[in-house]
Amino acid sequence: MTIAAGALPAPTWGRPWIILWCAVLAAVVLPMALAQPESPMLIYPVGWEIPFKTWISAAIKWLVEEFDLGLFTFKQLTRGIAWLLDGPLWLARAILLDGVVIPLGGERVVALPPLSWLSLTLVAACFAWRSGGGRLALLVGGCFLYLAMFGWWESAMVTLASIAIAVPFGVAGGLALGIAGYRRRRFEQAMTPVLDLMQTMPIFAYLVPILFLFGFGPVAAMIATIVFALPPMVRVTMFALRQVASELVEFGRMAGCSRHQLLWKVLMPSARPGLMVGVNQVIMLSLNMVIIASMIGAGGLGFDVLDALKRLDIGKGLEAGLSITLLAIALDRLSQSLARRSLPRRAGSQLGRSAGPLLILGVLAVPTALGTLVPALAHYPDAWRITTGPIWADLVKAINIRYFDDIDAFKNLLLLNVLVPMKRGLADIPWVAVVVAAALAGYQLGRWRLALLTGCLVLFIAVSGNWEKSMVTVYLIVVSVVLACLIGIPIGIVAAGAPAFNRVVQAVIDTLQTLPTFVYLIPVIMLFQVGDFSAIIAIVAFAVVPSIRYTVLGLTGVPAHLLEAARAHGCSRAQVLLKVRLPLAFPEIMLGINQTVMMALSMLVITALVGTRDLGQEVYIALAKADPGRGLVAGLCVAFLAMVCDRLINAAADRRRRTLGLAS
Amino acid sequence: MANADAVSRRVAAAGPRRVGTGLKLALKGVWKLFGPDADRILVTSSPAPSPGELATRNIITAVRDVNLDVREGEIFVIMGLSGSGKSTLVRCMSRLIEPTAGEIVFDGKDLLRASEREMIEIRRHRMGMVFQHFALLPHLSVLDNVAFPLDIQGVKRAARYERARQVIDLVGLAGRESHFPRELSGGQQQRVGIARSLAVEPDIWFLDEPFSALDPLIRREMQDEFLRLQTLLRKTIVFITHDFDEAVRLADRIAIMRDGVIIQIGTPEDLVTKPATPYVAEFTRDIPRAKVLTARSIMAPIEGPLIADARVSGDARIQDVAEQVMRRGTAVAVVDGRGDNIGLLTREAVLSVLLGKDIAK
Ligand SMILES: Nc1ncnc2c1ncn2[C@@H]1O[C@H](COP(=O)(O)OP(=O)(O)OP(=O)(O)O)[C@@H](O)[C@H]1O
Ligand SMILES: [Mg+2]
Repeated sequence: MTIAAGALPAPTWGRPWIILWCAVLAAVVLPMALAQPESPMLIYPVGWEIPFKTWISAAIKWLVEEFDLGLFTFKQLTRGIAWLLDGPLWLARAILLDGVVIPLGGERVVALPPLSWLSLTLVAACFAWRSGGGRLALLVGGCFLYLAMFGWWESAMVTLASIAIAVPFGVAGGLALGIAGYRRRRFEQAMTPVLDLMQTMPIFAYLVPILFLFGFGPVAAMIATIVFALPPMVRVTMFALRQVASELVEFGRMAGCSRHQLLWKVLMPSARPGLMVGVNQVIMLSLNMVIIASMIGAGGLGFDVLDALKRLDIGKGLEAGLSITLLAIALDRLSQSLARRSLPRRAGSQLGRSAGPLLILGVLAVPTALGTLVPALAHYPDAWRITTGPIWADLVKAINIRYFDDIDAFKNLLLLNVLVPMKRGLADIPWVAVVVAAALAGYQLGRWRLALLTGCLVLFIAVSGNWEKSMVTVYLIVVSVVLACLIGIPIGIVAAGAPAFNRVVQAVIDTLQTLPTFVYLIPVIMLFQVGDFSAIIAIVAFAVVPSIRYTVLGLTGVPAHLLEAARAHGCSRAQVLLKVRLPLAFPEIMLGINQTVMMALSMLVITALVGTRDLGQEVYIALAKADPGRGLVAGLCVAFLAMVCDRLINAAADRRRRTLGLAS
Repeated sequence: MANADAVSRRVAAAGPRRVGTGLKLALKGVWKLFGPDADRILVTSSPAPSPGELATRNIITAVRDVNLDVREGEIFVIMGLSGSGKSTLVRCMSRLIEPTAGEIVFDGKDLLRASEREMIEIRRHRMGMVFQHFALLPHLSVLDNVAFPLDIQGVKRAARYERARQVIDLVGLAGRESHFPRELSGGQQQRVGIARSLAVEPDIWFLDEPFSALDPLIRREMQDEFLRLQTLLRKTIVFITHDFDEAVRLADRIAIMRDGVIIQIGTPEDLVTKPATPYVAEFTRDIPRAKVLTARSIMAPIEGPLIADARVSGDARIQDVAEQVMRRGTAVAVVDGRGDNIGLLTREAVLSVLLGKDIAK
């Protein structure tokens, strides 16, 4: 026996790992026990920090003030870009909101009114009706009607105008980069890490340098929006083009297509359904960003929510939040159904085809023109306005009065027994130990390359001087993710077994995913005031979605023949779940947890608004002080934390999948 | 019944097959290797590296030193098991895949020397291809799909639609011009694929397993359709299949491929009667002999005065004439292309071919 055992190769998770991890533990405990409180092993010394912030700030300052591109300066370039966007944005706002006044010389002017609220509502409903039928028309029309009736029309039009311009630019830019990446592997390889970084950087971190480069105002906000919404479009484009069947490409070449023809006549039309998914994403991300960009002057609905949050005006905040949500739902469903209808159908009668545009033109023009005579058509009359603000305010007040003690007791219980001790504990771990542990986990899961990556990324966080805030971030994320998984995975397990329940769950999580991040903060603040606890609840609510979705996906994806085999061997339902389905679904569930971590990180930064003391706050402060270096470095720290988690979890999931024989 | 009709029609029409003697396409020492440094290894090593040597270097040999000629007007079938390199070889012929080494002579011109522009011109006007999974553009109607290659060439709308309607008629899809691919059955989709590849009147027609994705019944129907088209159009055809039955039905000549190497080229009859290797013999074992053997190959010499009153072509397959011979009770005469008697087909000979197979099974 001993010989046989000795001849076996050591199992990967065997003894050497235990020794290594013990060594790490020792590295944690020993310095804590032995060293003086101020030892550099424990707390990263201020003197060792590398001043990335100041360097970056100086570099950006130099860019803006001195950099000369030869023909023009960098400043002129940014002005040029701003000018390029300014025109379309002005036009969109003129159509939707402001109208145009054309001077005819002298005193005489022609005033063209903006689109009537009735026109736009009807047109949106028409499109919805044509692409998705009566129910969708009702939904979309209802959403727009809400905006008018509750007095959010002007704000919503400001937001809509930004989106109407940002989306085409985002889509076109994403397509161009995606096509370039599709054609040249090199370019894709160069682009991938940048895209990774852009997608893991917290949204706020974009705002600071853009504020610096483009100033305060709607155009700067729109640029931030485009930059933020671009990466998924790039990825979707490359993916969708690669997905086009190789036979179709070969056919195109055999038909004698030039490169240009191949792209526009074969690849793009065939990839269209996939590309439309990207367009939908750009719309949703733009909406999300436009709202956050109200911090640098986008105005619109985002400004209303922010304003209400600052003044703790509960009713107004809820109503404005709801109008953002409804706008998001309307745009999302409309674009999705247009995407689904992207394959042409056999043409109907000639009359039917030409009637559509005519009808829409009529609906646009008639109420708008009549609006000059009937003011109720031009502006939704104030007298018809409804507001529920006071009701909400009273409700929240009532809840707070009635349940304040209970809520507060619960909050304190959690804070005192879980949150605060954990926060302290994490803060006390010596930074050296964390760096070593990250590298070791990397080595165990992915050998030297991963070890080097994770070790260096964590080291950067220490070196950049954000250690303390990063540990607060880690604590918030760990607590939120654990909670999200504790809630999400059981729901997923139940949903996977009960189709009716699953339908309800899917509908709820679809809606949750359309909500802009801002919206989550509103109810939380109202009920729990500011602080870590509120932040955690908002993060959990936002990040629970993927843990549910992937659990359902993984469990329902287990091949039927395996389940049959298990049942044939006499497994009970519980045994099938525990011994067959869960282990096989494990890689998928890991991916879900990974997504949960990513979403939690992106929400975390927003929660700085409710007063956390983490990296999000650092970015937020940088924004307030217009300090691009500080904001970018803090943003990088968040991105690096995200990357470390992502790489480690992915490596673990990959490994698991390989042992299960699921990977190719 | 339709099958038998079609086959006999073909026999009647083709008689001795009118395969020209002109050379359409010739491959000389064509190689295709996939893998790291695949381009250099052939240049640097001589003699050519052995399969084992290539494998140890992580290089996949998809096509290995292929030499073959495709004659004008013939149906040249390439067959082999999955992964034997058929698709790669046919894509080398049109340079969809760039061969690692070798020469590809199309109408006397080396394709590998053609520029990008010239290749586009050649593909636009002189080559057509049909794909296993149809490769129809999902966003275009049948009419637009068929007219697509003409659109690419810049043919005016009216002209290209007229031509497209002609070929749609030819493949029997008239009336479905405005349908979209997803509204058609597999067989109909492949008819569109065939019509599309014919729209430009290509000189050479490549078909890569065109019927493999279809149900057996539809497959036979499409094979008949294909033979009907070929009797009308007389294209030079390179046809890929992994189904020996199909190969035998359609081919003038068959090349058998294994691991990137062509092991034998010959008529179906050659492959059955004179297999070059045990592998070929194994491959052809299950084919009923009557389907491949011709009257010429089993006829008896004429001794004395001819008493037969019926005649069959020397190229006719036994399967097609068996009934005629068995019914008659006497031997029938075998004639060559000019109508001269060259031998006698006896009942015994036919019977032994028919039974030989059955006994072997
Ligand atoms: N782009 C490629 N890269 C690497 N290997 C390839 C590539 N294309 C084909 N091969 C390999 O070349 C060999 C021949 O493939 P090919 O597709 O030509 O076979 P086939 O005979 O057409 O098979 P099938 O009947 O399955 O279509 C296979 O081993 C395949 O894995
Ligand atoms: Mg193939």
